[in-house]
Amino acid sequence: MTETVPSLIPKSEPIDYSSTNNESQPLLTIRDLRVHFYTLRGTVYALEGVNLDVQKEETMGIVGETGCGKSITARAVLRLIDPPGKIVSGTVEFDGQELLNLHPKEMRRIRGKRISMIMQEPRMSLNPVIRVGNQVAETLLIHESDLSPSAARKKAEEMLQSVGIPDAGKMSKRYPHELSGGMAQRVMIAMMLVTRPKLLIADEPTSALDVTIQAQIIDLMNDLVHELQSSVMMISHDLGVVAETCDRVAVMYAGSVVEQGRVEDVLHNPRHPYTKGLLRTLPDNASENEDLYSIKGNVPSLFMPQQQCRFAPRCEFSQERCFQEIPGSYQVGNNHSAACFLHENGI
Amino acid sequence: MTAQNLTTVEVRMLRAESRKRALQDSWTLWKRNPVTIAGTLIILSLILIAMVAPWLATHDPFDQILADRLFPPSLDYWFGTDNLGRDIYSRVIHGSRLTLMIAFVVALISGPIGLVVGVLSGYLGGMVDEVLMRLSDIFLAFPKLILAIAFAAALEPGLTNAIIAISIANWPSYARLVRAETLAVRNSDYIDAVRILGAGHLRIMIYHLTPMCLSTLIVRVSLDMGTIILIAAGLGFLGLGAQPPAPEWGLMVSDGRNYLVDQWWVSTIPGIAILVVVLGFNLVGDGLRDILDPHQRQS
Amino acid sequence: MSSVDSNPSSLLEVKDLHVYFPIRGGVMRRQLHTVKAVSGVSLNLAQGEVLGLVGESGCGKTTLGRALVGLAPMTSGRVFFNAKELHHKNGKSSNHAMKMQLIFQDPYSSLHPRKQVRDLVGEGLLINGLARVEELDEKVLDILEKVGLGVDHLYRYPHEFSGGQRQRISLARALILKPELIILDEPTSALDVSVQAQILNMLKGLQKEYNLTYLFISHDLSVVRYMSRRIGVMYLGNLVEIGPTRSVFENPKHPYTHSLLSALPSIKKGKRKERMILKGDPPTPIDPPPGCPFADRCSNTQEKCRIEKPVLEPLKKESSQLVACFFQNENVL
Repeated sequence: MTETVPSLIPKSEPIDYSSTNNESQPLLTIRDLRVHFYTLRGTVYALEGVNLDVQKEETMGIVGETGCGKSITARAVLRLIDPPGKIVSGTVEFDGQELLNLHPKEMRRIRGKRISMIMQEPRMSLNPVIRVGNQVAETLLIHESDLSPSAARKKAEEMLQSVGIPDAGKMSKRYPHELSGGMAQRVMIAMMLVTRPKLLIADEPTSALDVTIQAQIIDLMNDLVHELQSSVMMISHDLGVVAETCDRVAVMYAGSVVEQGRVEDVLHNPRHPYTKGLLRTLPDNASENEDLYSIKGNVPSLFMPQQQCRFAPRCEFSQERCFQEIPGSYQVGNNHSAACFLHENGI
Repeated sequence: MTAQNLTTVEVRMLRAESRKRALQDSWTLWKRNPVTIAGTLIILSLILIAMVAPWLATHDPFDQILADRLFPPSLDYWFGTDNLGRDIYSRVIHGSRLTLMIAFVVALISGPIGLVVGVLSGYLGGMVDEVLMRLSDIFLAFPKLILAIAFAAALEPGLTNAIIAISIANWPSYARLVRAETLAVRNSDYIDAVRILGAGHLRIMIYHLTPMCLSTLIVRVSLDMGTIILIAAGLGFLGLGAQPPAPEWGLMVSDGRNYLVDQWWVSTIPGIAILVVVLGFNLVGDGLRDILDPHQRQS
Repeated sequence: MSSVDSNPSSLLEVKDLHVYFPIRGGVMRRQLHTVKAVSGVSLNLAQGEVLGLVGESGCGKTTLGRALVGLAPMTSGRVFFNAKELHHKNGKSSNHAMKMQLIFQDPYSSLHPRKQVRDLVGEGLLINGLARVEELDEKVLDILEKVGLGVDHLYRYPHEFSGGQRQRISLARALILKPELIILDEPTSALDVSVQAQILNMLKGLQKEYNLTYLFISHDLSVVRYMSRRIGVMYLGNLVEIGPTRSVFENPKHPYTHSLLSALPSIKKGKRKERMILKGDPPTPIDPPPGCPFADRCSNTQEKCRIEKPVLEPLKKESSQLVACFFQNENVL
């Protein structure tokens, strides 16, 4: 390695997230979000300063591998972190409102009404002993107290129809176990969108489904979200799904966002070494005679607070400095940033 | 390091390390729960007391001093004396031996029977299952205590027969438990995996199903120790278990029942002993459930 | 290879295999329905070949693999392995089936939670009398090193390992018997992509080193494309298309293969592409109707499709791509 020569090029400052000088106010702004889990073996520093924006009417993807904190981020937005986990610091601003210090009662009014969430395994998140039509209607009744039960049921049926459930009147009287995985996920989507939320958090909504069903659900979600003018936070480990559904994407690694930008920029012109590596490991591009690229080493232990770039031990480009400081987020293109010292000098 | 220079010493070291890790995990899980610690201490002190009973006792437990009958607790007789003038403290201390013996012998008889019947029934299914389970249903149709009383009465009253009677009453519930566990495990991937390797039924049952059922069974048996002791005490109380003058706790409670109003200690003190020991076994059983669960070790 | 008739050079030959499961009910435990998990699959696998098998859940690909190793009943049909016919009795594998091993999808449920790696991996040797207990440590270590594990792992329990490492242990357990055919049932679908890459590389390396034959079952088309030279597509218990991976991917002839490929999300395609999305859910294999299994969801269903079941036929003469569709030549897609 060559000595680091003091550069003459003026260094680009890390993006200062405290001032929002964007032309339009984002719908959701997450700043320096830290979530720790206090387990018997010690503290797990699961989220170490997550910064993320979701613009209005945009689908924002969050990708990363198991344990990178993508689901925790989503749950933290809804304040659904259960003990021993705790949101330690940070701000989550939704539509001009700070969520983290909201009264639990007000928070409940936001959940399901203005922010709703779709889980990975649809049949696990539906109540097995209540007819699906009633479950959708119940969501309505909770949030719109002036609605009569029969009107709610009627509205629920309409909603089921609009998510592409054939014969919605009959299907709404079924129990979740009588539905296929794809149908159950449609019900879930109906239930979550019936209140016309501003933000929909979808946690691996298609991972449990077959590809042909996955394609149906992705299309449905794209259409509905467009129609309702909602924003979506799409969490997935499948880069292909993200490429097909999202406008922008954030790549997470070991508790922080390492790269963020428009999908075509991040996936076709990745700047952070981790994103580059991740894309190279996909068998999509490999010819059958070459070995797949694999990122050396393992995911770091999260039992230590972040004091360095957490990817540095596995990085091909790491320098001494990467082991001593936490990199800021640097602008590498239009609306494209990477948390890596390589890009400290900008584009 | 290649396979060629893997010596016996190294292997021994690896095994020792593995054992140490397992022990460490158990230790962490054990000390996590103060209730388990309390239970373990109770049982350990009971075992200790049973071992050194002759040295702890202040009097001969069989020595009748009729002049001293029904003395209240005092410096001379710590827990008082009974209707025949025997020192209750010494009898309780000696009685711990009997109690422990009954509990462990019953567990050692009915546990393995339940294990064998349950694994066979769950794994083989079909006719074997039908026959074994209908048989156990017959036993389960009666409350354990009633069944034990019936068997003890049919056999000759006495300690050995009481143990046999309790064991007969006990195994069916273990067989049920083990069968349920076997059914849950028998179609799992890891059993299929050894089947592909060519394992026969016997091997699967002994080496693969039994270890999975064993921990559930151990937990259940340790939780049942209390019940066993209570049934034994009940039989003793009814005169179907240990025979006088044995210092069996149930028998002692029974002896004192005529004096319960004026000389409360005669019945109450052995009763408290039963209570503490039953509680101890239950607490240990709860703790074992956590310690023996491999999932607990992941977190 | 223009037909599925006996081929002396093939390691595994499956002829018209059916696997049915009865659904019983009522007081008398009468057979009410039949689940036709696999209904008439024929295929050939040459020594050293990797055949990919794709399809959606419930298409019977897993059941096919399980039937081959004796974990599911073969209702009818014949299977030849090394030119010897396989007989499975009561789910217990016949003797030479030791040379055929299966890797399970879920690395968390396929290892006995109370056994140490040495016993897990060495089990096969002990069962088949191939090693004495004293030799076990060395033999197991030998294999462990081949799958990228070491002496430190010998006396550890499964719960101490990550998903990728567990899959390596499963593989070691299979490899120790020196199998000729390994059936891999979605070996990486429970793993992260970066771990998946490591496992796939290892599988590929081992295959080349020992000239192993793989039946690679997966729902992930990109993984199958990378791993296998030849690929079979299953739908509702039937093999609907089989052929060289490249030609199936570039020139799919069965309408189902086509929609499967089209549904595959890819980072290359970008957002909102034109594609053929299948309507409806896959039908259940419980008492399926006669005719083409795909008739209900096909865009080109004709009367004939509902009556008669199409058989696998070569695309052209001498073509190695086989398609089960009456209108294969019309499906210019």
